[in-house]
Amino acid sequence: MIEIDLDTSPLRETNRRLQTVGANDNARQFRLFNPRGAHAVAAGLTEDLEVTVEGHVGFYCSGMNRQAKIQVTGNAGVGLAENMMSGEVRVAGNASQSAGATGQGGLLVVEGDTSSRCGISMKGIDIVVGGSVGHMSAFMGQAGSLAVLGDAGNSLGDSLYEARLYVRGRVESLGADCKEKEMTAHHLEKLGRLLDRARISANPRDFRRYGSARQLYHFKIGNLGAY
Amino acid sequence: MSANPKIPHTAPRASSIFDAYALSEIRRAAATGVYDIRGGGAKRPMPHFDDLLFLGASMSRYPLEGYREACTTAVTLGDRFAEQPIELKIPITIAGMSFGSLSGQAKEALGRGASAMGTSTTTGDGGMTPEERQHSKQLVYQYLPSRYGMNPDDLRKADAIEVVVGQGAKPGGGGMLLGQKITQRVAKMRSLPEGIDQRSACRHPDWTGPDDLEIKIHELREITGGRIPIYVKIGASRPYFDTALSIKAGADVVVLDGMQGGTAATQEVFIEHVGIPTLAAIRPAVQALIDADMHRKVQLVVSGGIRNGADVAKCLALGADAVSIGTAALVALGDNDPRWEAHYQALGTTAGCYDDWHAGEDPAGITTQDPDLCKRLDPLVAGQRLANLLAVMTLECQTIARANGKSDVRNLEPEDLVALTVEAAAMAKVPLAGTDWIPGQGL
Repeated sequence: MIEIDLDTSPLRETNRRLQTVGANDNARQFRLFNPRGAHAVAAGLTEDLEVTVEGHVGFYCSGMNRQAKIQVTGNAGVGLAENMMSGEVRVAGNASQSAGATGQGGLLVVEGDTSSRCGISMKGIDIVVGGSVGHMSAFMGQAGSLAVLGDAGNSLGDSLYEARLYVRGRVESLGADCKEKEMTAHHLEKLGRLLDRARISANPRDFRRYGSARQLYHFKIGNLGAY
Repeated sequence: MSANPKIPHTAPRASSIFDAYALSEIRRAAATGVYDIRGGGAKRPMPHFDDLLFLGASMSRYPLEGYREACTTAVTLGDRFAEQPIELKIPITIAGMSFGSLSGQAKEALGRGASAMGTSTTTGDGGMTPEERQHSKQLVYQYLPSRYGMNPDDLRKADAIEVVVGQGAKPGGGGMLLGQKITQRVAKMRSLPEGIDQRSACRHPDWTGPDDLEIKIHELREITGGRIPIYVKIGASRPYFDTALSIKAGADVVVLDGMQGGTAATQEVFIEHVGIPTLAAIRPAVQALIDADMHRKVQLVVSGGIRNGADVAKCLALGADAVSIGTAALVALGDNDPRWEAHYQALGTTAGCYDDWHAGEDPAGITTQDPDLCKRLDPLVAGQRLANLLAVMTLECQTIARANGKSDVRNLEPEDLVALTVEAAAMAKVPLAGTDWIPGQGL
């Protein structure tokens, strides 16, 4: 375990060190402490590392992550794991808006709540939120899954493409072209596997599934009221 | 009007307001119930670079010998913070245009032509293709709201990143690539089902406002190690404030796109009625740079309706460091070429007017994904044509610079210019020709 004190180690230097770990390097476990809300902590990692950030982080923690497993013991700011490609990011506390935005792959787990636009434009990432998500979550979600154990705010899944949404609690409202869909055995199995991967204990049968009604896939004047 | 032959008829009089185009658009809207979508930039008449003239040398200005004395054209972009700024041999770059809106052959031709002349090309909405990277010696990677195809590997392969906040053709607007252009490859690059209409968001998904942008730029620098420049592209609307805020957010380069700048597709009403002309946008942007003591430190790249070396020279004289061309580059490749007139006629248009770039039926094989149409464009030939255009534009710009006594094209200055119209004088803040009057500058 390599320990890095962000009070004394400049962020650029720290990120560069994490980004340049080679595939055959032995040192693969890192502990960063004193982040004090710094932005872009552990951004742009490319290797299968285990990084624990002890404390709260600012914007874009673990942005564009590839392969690394990053754990944050506190809360996270805007754009947590934005455009993540693969790997796993886990936040013990809450996350601000746009968590997992445009994520292309990997797993994001927020044990607490996330603010608005969680999973906005998600492109393949899987997101599990232990608490609730704010309004416009999964807006224009293209691919991947969002599972919410708590409630979802207004306009969930607005203008959704093919992302799959599961909510255990109450949905305040669905966005344009998002509708409730049948929870089939296939989806129960997929959700169960997602929750297992996220190491979150919940019964898939308690969730409801939402997806795209696919009515806005082609511009039609008859849908004007939906735009 | 009377049928009585003894009473003279008045001549039929067309309305200047309800002209032939306005009437046709009303009929089209009434028939379809849908607004008109097209490509390209604003077509309406507006003050432009043709409304400016260079004064040239005289008793008080010393010209340089046209074919003997050096006139430098090289420009460095992004040396404010980046470890490896972009070094261009000419002050003319290729504007962002996506694979998807353009064919792979067209993107390759742009890369070949630009690289031959020592300048950069730019990706667009949809990510970076291997062919594009291969054929562009210097490639600027656009960071757009949709983040289609965005990944850290391509980000690190780029020579610069351009954070797109706005576009001159549609400041404040997103886009839509219609299903006929969403082929299997385009769909895969954008993580979308094949054949659907693909919407491009108008706002970035993970930041709002200039304070957030500063943090976003910080993140991009962390991911790329501060190696490459970060540009911020803005559509011309409030150029003074947008430039000032881009500087504050940490931009290395500001790209300013006027309303004549093209787009792959958006609403006609948006193209023609939102934003301000390129001519009107440059001086406020330059003033913002001067006020921040950042002129020539943060470089300004201007685009939107630039067609020839005179336009380039006028942009530089007004304070830009370089320009970008999009529409002119496509025309050089073969867009709207009269050789395809029969095909344009079949599409209900004519060479020079074709702007249904979203429809995927481009006879020239440029704004299409149709494999048969794409084959019409030879990337080697088209690339050479673009290189030729860039060479001519550069020579023209040098010719004007030398005539104004400048040994570097960026030494051109507003003092070298006069305006032909009151409007252009006010916008460019140069005197009306033959006077010392600059409208809006004191009494």
